[in-house]
Amino acid sequence: MTSPPDAPPAFPPSPVTPPLPRPRSLTDLFVAFTLLALQGFGGVLPVVQREMVERRRWMTQEDFIEEWALAQTMPGPNVVNLSLVIGNRYFGLRGACAALLGMLLVPSLVVLALATVYARFSANPHVAGALRGMAAVTAGMIAATGIKLAATLHRHPLPLQLTATVAVLAIVGLAFLRLPMLLVLAVLGGLGCVLTYRTLKP
Amino acid sequence: MTGAQIVLGWHDWVDLFAHYLVLSLMSVGGAISTTTEMHRYLVEQQGWLTPQQFSDAIAIAQAAPGPNVLFVALIGWTVGLNAGSHVAAVLGVLVTMTGIMLPSSLLVLLAASWGQRNRELRAVRAFKQGMAPLVIGMLISTGIVLGSAHRDPANDWPLYALSVAAALVIWRTRIHLLWLLGAGAVIGALGFV
Repeated sequence: MTSPPDAPPAFPPSPVTPPLPRPRSLTDLFVAFTLLALQGFGGVLPVVQREMVERRRWMTQEDFIEEWALAQTMPGPNVVNLSLVIGNRYFGLRGACAALLGMLLVPSLVVLALATVYARFSANPHVAGALRGMAAVTAGMIAATGIKLAATLHRHPLPLQLTATVAVLAIVGLAFLRLPMLLVLAVLGGLGCVLTYRTLKP
Repeated sequence: MTGAQIVLGWHDWVDLFAHYLVLSLMSVGGAISTTTEMHRYLVEQQGWLTPQQFSDAIAIAQAAPGPNVLFVALIGWTVGLNAGSHVAAVLGVLVTMTGIMLPSSLLVLLAASWGQRNRELRAVRAFKQGMAPLVIGMLISTGIVLGSAHRDPANDWPLYALSVAAALVIWRTRIHLLWLLGAGAVIGALGFV
C-alpha cells in the first residue's frame, strides 16, 4: 500500500463484494504454486481450483472458469498455462514467471528423483496397487471439479437449459463418442461464444 | 533403465530443441496430446530412446506429483543419459522443457495481456463466458475418460466405485485432497482395487 493508513479511501468500498485477497509477493506466488503442484498426482487442476478459489480465495468460481477457458484453448499444458495467466494477473510478466517456476522447478526435481528409484520398486504389487488407487481418486477429483463449477451456470447470461445442453453434448462427444477435441472445441465452443455474444449488451 | 548408447552432436541438440518448439505450438489440449509425434521422432526416426524408456517416462510422470508435462523433462533426462553422462541429462531436460514451454507460454501471455486490456470488449466477454459450458463439459469428460481407462470392467469395478466415491466426497465436502489421495493409495496397496 502506497497511501498512508489514515488517508480516506478514494471511493467507499462496496458493501456487496469485499475485495478478494491477493498474493503478497512473487515469493508468495512461487510458494503457492510449488505447494499446489506437489499435491497434484495425475492432475493438478482440481488442486488449483481448490487452493485458488476455495482456500486462498484469490479468485471467484467465475474468474476461474474464464481463465481456464483461455488456458485450455491455447497450445501448451493447460494447468501451466493457467498458472501463467494467474501470475500475470497480479504481477505481470514477473508474476507469470514466478508462477511458472513454482509449477515446474521443484516438481521436476521430484519426478527425476522418482525415476531414479523407479526401477527398484516397479515390480512391487503394493506400489503398483497404490498408484492404481491414486489414479482412480484423481479421475474422481477432476470430474468433481467440473460438477462444482457447473453451479456457476445459474449466473450465466444464457438460460440454464441452453448451457446445460452444451455441457452434456460436450460430455457425450468427448467421453463416449471420443470425438477429436479440436472438433468439439470449434463446434460447441464456437456455438457458446456466438450465442453469448448476441445476448451481451454491446 | 538400460537404453540405447547414442552419440549426440551439437546439431542433434539443436534439432531436438527445434522439434520441441514445433511440438509446443501443436499441443492444444496439453503436451500429452503430442505424444504420438514425440514417439515417432525420438523412438522411430532418431532411435534416441527405446520404446520401453518412452512409455516408462510417461507412466512415472503420471504417478508423480506435478503437471503431466513433466514427462517431457523425463524424456530429455533419459535421452541425455543415453548419450552417456549426467551433464548431458541436465542439458536434455533444459533443451526439451524450454522447447515445449517457450512458444506456447509466449502465446498465452500475449493473449492474456491483450484480453486483460480489452476485458470490457463485447467479444472478449463473449469468449470468456461463452466457453464456460464447454469448459465444464470437458472437465467432467476428462474425469470419465481417466476413470474408465481400465481394460476389464467386470474385474475393475472397484476402481470405478473408488472414482465415483472420490468425486462425491470432493463435491460435497471440504476435506483436504491429500487425505483422499492417501486413502486411494492405501486401498490400492492393500489390494482392494
